Amino acid sequence: MRVVVDSDKCCGSGQCVLTAPDVFDQRDEDGTVLLLDAEPPAELHEAVRQAVTLCPSSAISVVED
Amino acid sequence: MTSTETSAPQYPMQRSRPLDPPTELAEIRSERPVSRVTLWDGTQPWLVTRLEDARVVLGDRRFSADLRTPGFPMVLRAQQALRRPDDVVPFIRMDPPEHGVFRRMLTRDFMIKRVNALRPKIQEIVDGFLDEMLAKPAPADLVAEFALPVPSLVIALLLGVPYEDHGFFQSRSNVLLNLESTAEDVQGARAALDAYLGDLVDRRLREPGDDLISRLAVERLATGELSREQLVSMSFLLLIAGHETTANMTALSILSLLQNPDQLAVLRDDPTLIPGAVEELLRFHTIVHIGLPRVALEDVTFGDVTISAGEGVIVSLPAANRDEEQFADPDQLDVTREARRQIAFGFGVHQCLGQPLARAELQIAVETVLRRVPTLRLAVPTEEIPFRTAMAIYGVHQLPVTW
Ligand code: HEM
Ligand code: SF4
Repeated sequence: MRVVVDSDKCCGSGQCVLTAPDVFDQRDEDGTVLLLDAEPPAELHEAVRQAVTLCPSSAISVVED
Repeated sequence: MTSTETSAPQYPMQRSRPLDPPTELAEIRSERPVSRVTLWDGTQPWLVTRLEDARVVLGDRRFSADLRTPGFPMVLRAQQALRRPDDVVPFIRMDPPEHGVFRRMLTRDFMIKRVNALRPKIQEIVDGFLDEMLAKPAPADLVAEFALPVPSLVIALLLGVPYEDHGFFQSRSNVLLNLESTAEDVQGARAALDAYLGDLVDRRLREPGDDLISRLAVERLATGELSREQLVSMSFLLLIAGHETTANMTALSILSLLQNPDQLAVLRDDPTLIPGAVEELLRFHTIVHIGLPRVALEDVTFGDVTISAGEGVIVSLPAANRDEEQFADPDQLDVTREARRQIAFGFGVHQCLGQPLARAELQIAVETVLRRVPTLRLAVPTEEIPFRTAMAIYGVHQLPVTW
């Protein structure tokens, strides 16, 4: 799985950080998404998919292998 | 609006049970989930009731949250009176890209790690007000003694609004949120708060403190990025949104747990369930109960219904959060349910800016009350609890409790 984020779309809701804290964080400057791990291990895939669903501004997408 | 449909029911509707949304909403959701309603001014916007459709309307750029867009629905009579000049519309009623410019001035202050760093301070505030309440003889009003002061003090500290003025800002915000307030009342309350916050902005510009309004004054007002009126309008939004909401969610959460002792026991025995329980409580109560206004910018089709460009739309969050296709047995409070799909904070780029703070406050307040006051119970029968039926934010006016 490859994770892609679009920080222009991000509204800094923090939903992704709550859902998959090993994959997402927020930038100190403006609270927008910071991708920590673009190729997360399999055990985090479910959480990443949930983050995609919960992200209010469609700023996260995944490319499944 | 071109056609007038006589079947369009009056909106908002009345509740028949205090902790459930109006029963008509469930009928509409199952029979015609996107259909017209009639507002106080005779306009007939579309009401959206299913969770999936709500996510589309709130998350899609084809719908505008900008109240300057023609056709924007005026759900409440007093809304018009609250309207500011076009150049100082608050960002909750703007569209991207303009919206993001303002929201991003604030997002870092509410991001998860910032709020997590505040948790010890929130715990201290929660314990402080609870100590005071418990030191007095029972019964007590949990709203006045605990649920309201906690978020009021937290947001006052964050913004740098002197907490001793809480009587002033709470009484004005009560007028603003009362659906029965007249236009004059609303204008008066807004003018009073604007004048108060304007003075505060001037003072913080001269003598900045370690708070959000000071920082915005120094970093954005002094640099010309924000006008004084824009900063006042922003502070106004944060102050009102920041305390009434969490206050009412806290009181309703405690009330519904007291009414469901088995669920309360589950949480007391295993506090790690509290964060999930808070999601369920947010879903179940959905205190932003009147519905979020939007207007279509293009024609958009939902099943056999087409919303045309220029038509108003109201998204009912309580209806969406009781959608049986998304939540099994939706009218049942179940603190162990997986409820994170709830949209009590809205959806799309306007999804609540303060949600990390609200979650932290609710988690800490609920956990602390359950742990520290195991004998807590209602001091009056449920029928005597005054519910906030006429308020834009649902909740209880008072919650008499004993222990
Ligand atoms: C349980 C508590 C809360 C609930 C249920 C709640 C609910 C909501 C909802 C539904 C919206 C979306 C409005 C729309 O799309 O038209 C919203 C936006 C907002 N909320 Fe909250 N809120 C809560 C607490 C807070 C707190 C503590 C703050 C702190 C300052 C806050 C600040 C805001 C702001 C600034 C917006 C506008 C965001 C934007 O337009 O980008 N809220 N809230
Ligand atoms: S969930 Fe989406 S909008 Fe929220 S911080 Fe993450 S990427 Fe940004």
